[in-house]
Amino acid sequence: MIDGGPGGRTVLEIAGLERAFASNRVLKSVDLEVAAGEVVVLMGANGAGKSTLVKIVAGALRPDAGEMRLEGRPFAPARPVDAVESGLCVVHQQINDAVAADLSVAQNLLLDRLCSGKAGAFHTPRRARREADAIQAILGLSLPLDRPARDIPLADRQLVAICRALAEEPKILVLDEPTSSLSQREAERLFGIVEMLKARGVAILYITHRMSDIRRLADRIVTLRDGRITGEFRPPLDYEAAVTAMLGETIARGGAERRFGTEPVFAVRDLQLTHWSRPFSFALKAGEVTAITGLVGTGKSRLAEVIFGARRPAAGEMQLTGAPYRPKTSRAAIEAGVFMAAKDRATSSLVPAFDIARNLSLPFLKRRSRAGFIDRAVERRRARRTIADLSIVCRGEADAMATLSGGNQQKVVVGRWLSQASKLLILDEPFQGVDIRARGDIARRLRETAADRATLVLVTEIDEAVEVADRILVMSDHTIVGDHRAGRELDLARLVAEVAGEADHSSTRLESTAG
Amino acid sequence: MTLAVRDLSIRYGFFVLLVALAVFFYAAQPAFLSLRSLIFVFQSVSITAILALGVTGTLVVGGFDLSIGSVAASSMMAASYAMVIWGWGTAETVALCIGFGLLAGLFNGVIIVYGRIPDLLATLGTMFLLLGLQLVPTAGRSIARGMTLPDGTTATGSFDPSFLSLGRARLFDVLPVSVVVMLALGVAIFVFLEFTRWGRVMYAIGSNQQASRLAGAPVERYKIAAYMISGGFASVGGILLAARVGRGDVSSGNSLLLDAVAAALIGFAVLGAAKPNAFGTLVGALFVGMLLQGLTMMNAPYYTQDAVKGAVLVVALLFTFSMTRPGER
Repeated sequence: MIDGGPGGRTVLEIAGLERAFASNRVLKSVDLEVAAGEVVVLMGANGAGKSTLVKIVAGALRPDAGEMRLEGRPFAPARPVDAVESGLCVVHQQINDAVAADLSVAQNLLLDRLCSGKAGAFHTPRRARREADAIQAILGLSLPLDRPARDIPLADRQLVAICRALAEEPKILVLDEPTSSLSQREAERLFGIVEMLKARGVAILYITHRMSDIRRLADRIVTLRDGRITGEFRPPLDYEAAVTAMLGETIARGGAERRFGTEPVFAVRDLQLTHWSRPFSFALKAGEVTAITGLVGTGKSRLAEVIFGARRPAAGEMQLTGAPYRPKTSRAAIEAGVFMAAKDRATSSLVPAFDIARNLSLPFLKRRSRAGFIDRAVERRRARRTIADLSIVCRGEADAMATLSGGNQQKVVVGRWLSQASKLLILDEPFQGVDIRARGDIARRLRETAADRATLVLVTEIDEAVEVADRILVMSDHTIVGDHRAGRELDLARLVAEVAGEADHSSTRLESTAG
Repeated sequence: MTLAVRDLSIRYGFFVLLVALAVFFYAAQPAFLSLRSLIFVFQSVSITAILALGVTGTLVVGGFDLSIGSVAASSMMAASYAMVIWGWGTAETVALCIGFGLLAGLFNGVIIVYGRIPDLLATLGTMFLLLGLQLVPTAGRSIARGMTLPDGTTATGSFDPSFLSLGRARLFDVLPVSVVVMLALGVAIFVFLEFTRWGRVMYAIGSNQQASRLAGAPVERYKIAAYMISGGFASVGGILLAARVGRGDVSSGNSLLLDAVAAALIGFAVLGAAKPNAFGTLVGALFVGMLLQGLTMMNAPYYTQDAVKGAVLVVALLFTFSMTRPGER
């Protein structure tokens, strides 16, 4: 019997939970307890069964076997509404699924009441504002209530979702990878809120595989691997051991030896991303992996889009292998030998109707076909090679994308752009929603193939930049503010200060990544 | 085991239904499976099927074309006008009609891609526009030999016999020309969509436009091309209709749109494709034709036809959307 964490009484008890999809057993006799005032971090690689577990407690899926109790009473939600009424609220990873983009912030805050009919037949804007104000006071927020939800930042939309959940006065709050789309500052605000809720005695089940979140918040860590609980860690928390329990092996840190190229492949001169931002210049050399790091919204993706021809710069010039380079479309960029694995694979990279082989070949169909007819044999053979090179876990090259886990989908995205030689390869957030093992595979393959091209990786997480890059540029306010060589001589403190900007030198979350 | 049954029924269920239906009609009316009757089925669906094959192209890129019926009707009127009033020959008339169809498709494509009008609304607009415009040259009258023109004179031209043979002649005295055209266009669009890189990119655009653009596909050009294919095919349907009817009838072509769209949507269910595909479209058109032929031979009243088509469409859509979608996860 577990006596709970620092808070005491057990709120949620799960015992012997089982769930299978066809012949695939996703959860195998899972036991889990969360106590009031305790933050339990559930760690698991992609495909470990976290999402299934969340869906079951949220009432979106039924378990095949097992028992759940909430505050001692049997808990078997048949619908999400049942879970909410019993006192369990979930804030899902996909923030945009939780808000109605066209409705105002106030209406979003009141959405549960509006949908359940508690609001009554007539709902005047004045009353809505008053009730919404009361709800956002729970977290001490002052969001613009009259603005449509789509006009406020993603992080604020998430707070709307959290606030809405808290309005139901939950006994337990489940947060599913809540920081995956947040900048560090926004994540810091979220951590503060989690700590406040914890102090009020709310039990919190926090699902993540981000070490920085875990170091900051966890009272207890539970690891899930292949549908089984593989470890439980109490203070003093042994993070290395938790990662090992999650992955089932010790990970070797990639990128030990650094390479520094000599021959510049790509250069920007006095480039201005917006009319108000400072111009900057840099050159990328063949054989080198350069990372650009910086907070979310500082212009990294905008820079990538400019280089890839999807957006026009405000001013400045670009050069590719010494010649002026000014692509008007992505197509022109690809033809010039500049490839980009875009951010957010589901919306901007993968074609859901296509299998692995077809997703891999999409940009290179011209080279894979004769007189317009695609050579399917070559296409499949090349796909099998990519699957082997990147250790993509699948049954074969004809598997549908939906059957792959997030990490393996990301490998397909990266594999696509590695399958043909390029002069410059840009990867925008290649490790987003990817577990540590897949991240290691991707980073290893990137470095193995980097010799003949310049590689530019855009990442928000500094430790990802440190892991993969030979050289790290720092972006802040839509301009480059720092240039570092990775490896032993890297001045992490200065890099962190540059990321944080002159105004803000003290971010504990950043310092925690230095370890 | 249960999985295999489900899989098989999704893949071949539609064919089983087709065969069962044929057997049923054969048992009731042995003449149903005669060559004459079967060829009649093919002939009766040929024009609808050609339009459906065209609209399949727009469905593949994630669009829709509601204007095909009126493009076909306008093309028919244009053919009649060119021959009866201007006295044009067959070749020029066919070229004029196909050119008109492509132009209508280009117009659709441009207002959708660059005018940013949602496809359904844009093509609905075009549909209305053409339905009205085709009446203007003859002041709303049907076009026939020797008709009186709005200015009081009598039309001097007539339908060229070689043109009429497009609708009435039979290859080897068996296959009507329209069936040959349908099969040829069917094979062409099937090969194009399944085996060429252009077809592949069209499917990619339909599935994820943003990803296709970032993979270097000129999305705008492809979409416009898809509407031009649709318009071009519809105009071919209109030519065959004019040749069959032998006059420019303002009211024919009314049911073409719904029948063609139904055929293309029924095609989603064939072989469990769950996506627009040329083979399925042809099978879908034939299925509807066969059903109607069988019911007619069994003396079912003509006014039940639309209800039957509707029922088939709903069943086929259920096949596509509830059975092939994984339930959870």
